[in-house]
Amino acid sequence: MHLILFLLFAGICLAGAINLLLQSHPISSALSLIVVMTSLAVLYLLLGAEFLAVAQVIVYAGAIMVLFTFVVMLLNAGREERTMGSRTARAVGFPAVVALLAILTTVILKTPGLGMVGAQDPITATEDLSRVLFHELLLPFEVTSVLILIAILGAVALASHGHGDPHGNQDPVKTGKGSPNA
Amino acid sequence: MHDQVPISWYLILSATLFALGVFGFLIKRNLITVFMSIELMLNGVNLSFVTFAHQWHAVKGQIFVFFVMMVAAAEAAVGLAIIIAIFRARATLAVDRIDLMKL
Repeated sequence: MHLILFLLFAGICLAGAINLLLQSHPISSALSLIVVMTSLAVLYLLLGAEFLAVAQVIVYAGAIMVLFTFVVMLLNAGREERTMGSRTARAVGFPAVVALLAILTTVILKTPGLGMVGAQDPITATEDLSRVLFHELLLPFEVTSVLILIAILGAVALASHGHGDPHGNQDPVKTGKGSPNA
Repeated sequence: MHDQVPISWYLILSATLFALGVFGFLIKRNLITVFMSIELMLNGVNLSFVTFAHQWHAVKGQIFVFFVMMVAAAEAAVGLAIIIAIFRARATLAVDRIDLMKL
C-alpha cells in the first residue's frame, strides 16, 4: 500500500513538474505547480509529517498559489514567446543541471545506512512539533512574524500605485509619461 | 518488507524536483513562470528535509520546513509585488526584455 501510494504520487508530482516546464501559458504552469504541491503533501503524510502535510496544502497550494494565479490574471499574462535564452545558459546551465542531478543521485545511492519508510512508522504528533517550536525555538518563531510583517509592508509599498498620487489612475504605461522608476 | 519504500527514493525524487526547478529557471521566458520554478526548487528541498527528519527521527527537520514555508510566503508576496511594479514600468513580463542591468 505504502509503495503503491509512493509510486502513484511521486509519478503525479514528476508529471506536474515536467508539465510546468512544457506549458507555455503561465496559468497552466500555475495549475501544474498546484498539482505538484498537493501530491507533495501526500508524500509528507507518508513520511509521517501530518502537520506539514496540512500546512503544505494551506500555505503553499492555498495561499501562495492563489497569489500566483491572482497576479497572472491581474497582469493578463499571455502565452510566453519561446526564445532560446542566452548562450551561457545553454552552454553552461544545462550540462550543469544534468551533472548536478547525476552527482546527487550517485551520492544518494551510494550512501550506506539509509533506512526504509513503512506504513507502520510512527507519525510525528503536532504536539511534539509545537513543544519544540514554542519552547526551544520561540525567538526564531517571533522573528519570523516580524519578517512576515516587513514582507507585507514591502509588498504594499512596492505594489501601491505610485507615491503621492491620491487618485491612483495615472498609469505611467498608458499615459506614456512615466519614468521606469515611477 | 515488501511494503516499504527506501529513503533513497524519496531523496532522488527531491533531487529530481530541484533539478527540474533549475531547468525551468533556465528555459522559461516568463517572469512569473521563472518565479514558479524557484518555488519548485524550494519544494524539492523541503521534501529532502522531511525525509531526513524521518530518517533521524528528528522533529527539528520538520520545523525547518515550517520556517522555509514562512520565508517562501514572504518571498512570494514581495516577489510578486516586484513583478507588478516591473510590469507597470515596462509593460512586459518577458525576461529577455527586462535587461536594464545587462552589461
